Amino acid sequence: MTTVDQDLEPAAPSAVEGERLIAPGGGKPQRRGRRTAGFTPYALITPAIIVLAAIVGWPLVQLIITSFQEFGRAQVFGAPPSWVWFDNYIDVFTDPVFYGVLGRTLLFAGACVLVTMVLSTLIALMLVRLPKGFRMLLTVGMLLAWAMPALTATIVWGWMFDTAYGVINYALVNWFGLAEFDQHQWLINPLSFFMVAGIIVVWGAVPFAAFTLYAGLTQVPGEVLEAAQLDGAGGFARFRLIIFPYLKPIFMIVTMLQVIWDLKVFTQIFALQDIGGIRAQTNTLGVYIYQTSIAGGDFGHGGAIAVITAVLLMAISIYYIRQVLKEEEL
Amino acid sequence: MSAAVTPTTRAVTAPGSLDRARRGGGRRRVTTWLLSALSVVLFVLFVFPVYWMVNTSFQPNNDVRGSDVHFFPDNFTLRNYETVIFDPGRTPFLPAAANSLVVTLLTVIIALVFAFLASVAVTRFRFKSRRAFILTILVIQMIPGEAMIVSVFRVIDGWQLLNTIAGLTIVYIATVLPFTIWTLRGFVNGVPVELEEAAMIDGCSRAGAFWRVTFPLLAPGLIATGVFGFIQAWNEFIMALVLNARPEMMTLPVWLRTFLVANGTTNWAGIMAGSTLMAIPVIVFFLIVQGRMTSGLVSGAVKG
Repeated sequence: MTTVDQDLEPAAPSAVEGERLIAPGGGKPQRRGRRTAGFTPYALITPAIIVLAAIVGWPLVQLIITSFQEFGRAQVFGAPPSWVWFDNYIDVFTDPVFYGVLGRTLLFAGACVLVTMVLSTLIALMLVRLPKGFRMLLTVGMLLAWAMPALTATIVWGWMFDTAYGVINYALVNWFGLAEFDQHQWLINPLSFFMVAGIIVVWGAVPFAAFTLYAGLTQVPGEVLEAAQLDGAGGFARFRLIIFPYLKPIFMIVTMLQVIWDLKVFTQIFALQDIGGIRAQTNTLGVYIYQTSIAGGDFGHGGAIAVITAVLLMAISIYYIRQVLKEEEL
Repeated sequence: MSAAVTPTTRAVTAPGSLDRARRGGGRRRVTTWLLSALSVVLFVLFVFPVYWMVNTSFQPNNDVRGSDVHFFPDNFTLRNYETVIFDPGRTPFLPAAANSLVVTLLTVIIALVFAFLASVAVTRFRFKSRRAFILTILVIQMIPGEAMIVSVFRVIDGWQLLNTIAGLTIVYIATVLPFTIWTLRGFVNGVPVELEEAAMIDGCSRAGAFWRVTFPLLAPGLIATGVFGFIQAWNEFIMALVLNARPEMMTLPVWLRTFLVANGTTNWAGIMAGSTLMAIPVIVFFLIVQGRMTSGLVSGAVKG
């Protein structure tokens, strides 16, 4: 706090007063009070900058350098890495395994985002119309699901889908008479593995999206809706023509966040593989980077894949960041 | 459902508003009833896994691995918790819990101080690289952690900080900082500068005005942001998996994963007890601050 003291010239209050007198409420009100003080703000951001530079900036530079090198186990133990320039990237881009992983990741993330957004929108619309007690009930349920750590959620769902003693096989066999699900192995087949993973991801993601969309829905002015109703607009027309345009900015941002989170998915896939999936057939980009670099010891190729992933995510995030900057009037 | 039906009714009866209200009412009641029933189903779907975790954790492993599924812990036992907590296996629980707690608390405290300073700079001052700084904070959040594990591993290894509390804490501070700065910035922004100005007119120094007027108003924001940081650090998995792999230096998530792999599918009751122990603090903290969670994450969109 001492750094702020350097900034205490008596001029400060009078300048503010002056501004008040000349332009009451005019100009750019949010700029008032912010000062072009030389040294202080830089001192305030220095600790954050140092930590971020050391743990994000410098590793990022290293990552990019490594992706142009041959960097294996030997290099970790001190052998000088040799430059291979774009060889790692060429290897990755000509490797069918990489395309398999990439395609799998995109499909999985796409499906998760689609299901999450549809369900969340429906639940948000439902929350608006529910009587208070039921709204509270559903809110509490969603909060519990949202609060579950991804790792424990994955393990619990893995247990529910367990082959021998899982409650889901039990229910399918004993309640729905589907005898073929007796001892059914959900995680062996990649497709059903991703179905289970998708359920876990969507279950964890819907609460956030639904709550945010619901918060947006409560901002839609009731008079406009009423007017439209009087003009004969049906439920769907009201949603399409009034509610959705109001909701669109929030909807887009939530969708973007879901896209980013689902493309980065790691914990759910990794832990589910521990429980019973076949790794080679179920890797997504995040897990594949881990397998190549940490487990496989090939930091050069792993680095190249990581850079490609980061670039992909950055490209997708540009829209989100621009939207946030616009909203915040920075 | 009602969406498809209402237009005709509404169009026909539009002129007489009372009439419309009455007729719409009946249909509306049916819809409300159906929606309420649906909300109960959804509630069960959301809550069931959490319930199932707790339920399994209180059952003897014989019941869990029996031919019948027990929907209630009818043979209630705390044995699983006893085994998980006090079993001196290869990877004991208590050191992992202690590591998690120490790393998380250190992370929260240090990150909160750093983020607070930065958020004051960003909200109360205008300076040259302000926009660039905010942009950096936003962009950093988009970099996938998985992409960075290898190089972070090498940096921490270079500092001789693998398998230490300090190493993991530094990494977590950097992980939590962008989000913390961003959220706190919103809270500081929410306190009108005019309050400080008024205090300054009354003779307060600038720092004094900030300290006496704005800071107390920020307390709820600081608590909420601190809890977000707590949850993030407590749940973090990948970095801990790579940086603190040595059994005595593990954090709870890595411990839980090791426990899972070591036991395979033979001891689900124990695994569920471990999961419950890890999830409970998060759930409790989360429920405390949930109201601010949504607005914190999408502060860009949900304004006011």
